Amino acid sequence: MTDRLDTAIEFCRVRYAISGSRAILSDLDLSVKTGEVFVLLGRSGSGKTTTLKLINRLLEPNAGEILVEGRSTLSWDPIQLRRSIGYAVQDVGLFPHYTVEKNVALIPRAEGWEKARIAQRVEEVLALVGLPSVEFANRYPHELSGGQRQRVGLARAIAAKPPVLLMDEPFGALDPLTRGEIQREFAALHTKLGTTVLFVTHDVAEALLLADRIALFDAGKIVGIFTPDEFTHCTDARVQPYLASIHQRPR
Amino acid sequence: MSFLQFVLKHRLEITTLTFEHLRLVLWSLAIALAVGLPLGVFLVRHPRWRAVVLGTNNVIQVIPSLALFGLLLPVPWLGARADRLTIVALALYALLPIVRNTYTGISGVDPTVLEVATGMGLTPRQVLWNVELPLATPVILGGVRVATVITIGVATIAAAIGAGGLGEFIFRGLAMVDNNVILAGAIPAALMALLADALLGGLQRLLQRPRR
Repeated sequence: MTDRLDTAIEFCRVRYAISGSRAILSDLDLSVKTGEVFVLLGRSGSGKTTTLKLINRLLEPNAGEILVEGRSTLSWDPIQLRRSIGYAVQDVGLFPHYTVEKNVALIPRAEGWEKARIAQRVEEVLALVGLPSVEFANRYPHELSGGQRQRVGLARAIAAKPPVLLMDEPFGALDPLTRGEIQREFAALHTKLGTTVLFVTHDVAEALLLADRIALFDAGKIVGIFTPDEFTHCTDARVQPYLASIHQRPR
Repeated sequence: MSFLQFVLKHRLEITTLTFEHLRLVLWSLAIALAVGLPLGVFLVRHPRWRAVVLGTNNVIQVIPSLALFGLLLPVPWLGARADRLTIVALALYALLPIVRNTYTGISGVDPTVLEVATGMGLTPRQVLWNVELPLATPVILGGVRVATVITIGVATIAAAIGAGGLGEFIFRGLAMVDNNVILAGAIPAALMALLADALLGGLQRLLQRPRR
């Protein structure tokens, strides 16, 4: 694409509430630049996941609008919208009855790609996430380790070359060593792909490692948006506890 | 006359009645599946209806089969032919396990898998056919297995209203107080039920294998 918009995703005064209860998100404004890794940081229940689900329209806003590539999510055909957005979550959600290959080929196949092109793409993305397809293509999810499953989930999310990738604590359930490994690989992968990434996490170290910008969420609102550098030098009382949480770590 | 001699002598009639029996069973199962699967899926999408539908089905289960045949007899088109009536009555009995297991099976699919499937852009229809139904299949098959065994058993009662099947021998034998005649109906019916159970059970295990 030559004329990509500078802004991939934009939230304009978005409000989301479950009927009858308090708002989960209120008056949310944010804009994500094309190609950046935008991390949504905050405690559980601060509205990060809800924000992601509003983008691929698993949820719809009560007020305001969300623009994806300049168009309101509500004016997109939801299926088309979702197929142009990769989605990876903590529990991965691989189809247990599909082999790795079939899992990864899911959206290309639904999009009606030719067989040869699908096969080639599957091999390509599996290689990108470090799983040689000779060894892994025909395995079932239950034959993989947690880290491998998460890699397959990532491969599946990027298989149809979506310009945007939503990741909801994708590495949260992994052991620290595997997590570190996969985080570094992901950073390298992102440099290669240039996809716009929205990344939800509650792990400050992860946010600082991966983010171009960090949006700090608290109780359905954005406290502030920082570059990792700004974040580490921030004196805001709401940022301090997060910084303290890294410094407290035993070395 | 020994039982074996009786069977040999009447082998033609036994075969005919066995096929008649099988026909009643297969038709009712086909109808029960055609109605039960969509109904089960419907209940997953509209759980409000669950209590009413499963409750009604439970009530049907409780009606003794002979009474259900009698109950359906005055129904215009149904009562006109005994086999027609039997097939509908048997289908009603087979419905509950199929609806219930379809509902349970689909409800038991990992919600993360469903959310990701939807979030990645599968249409509701694709989610149903590619994810929900395949993953629920072992449970649904369990229901079909129960339904099949019930139907084969209850179908013997159909002879009471002249619908044929292996029940013919059983009722005749009862009337004649002749064990050979009773067994000539009861044993093939029992074998049929055991065989169906084993086959469907094997299929169920086969489909269950490649997952956690």
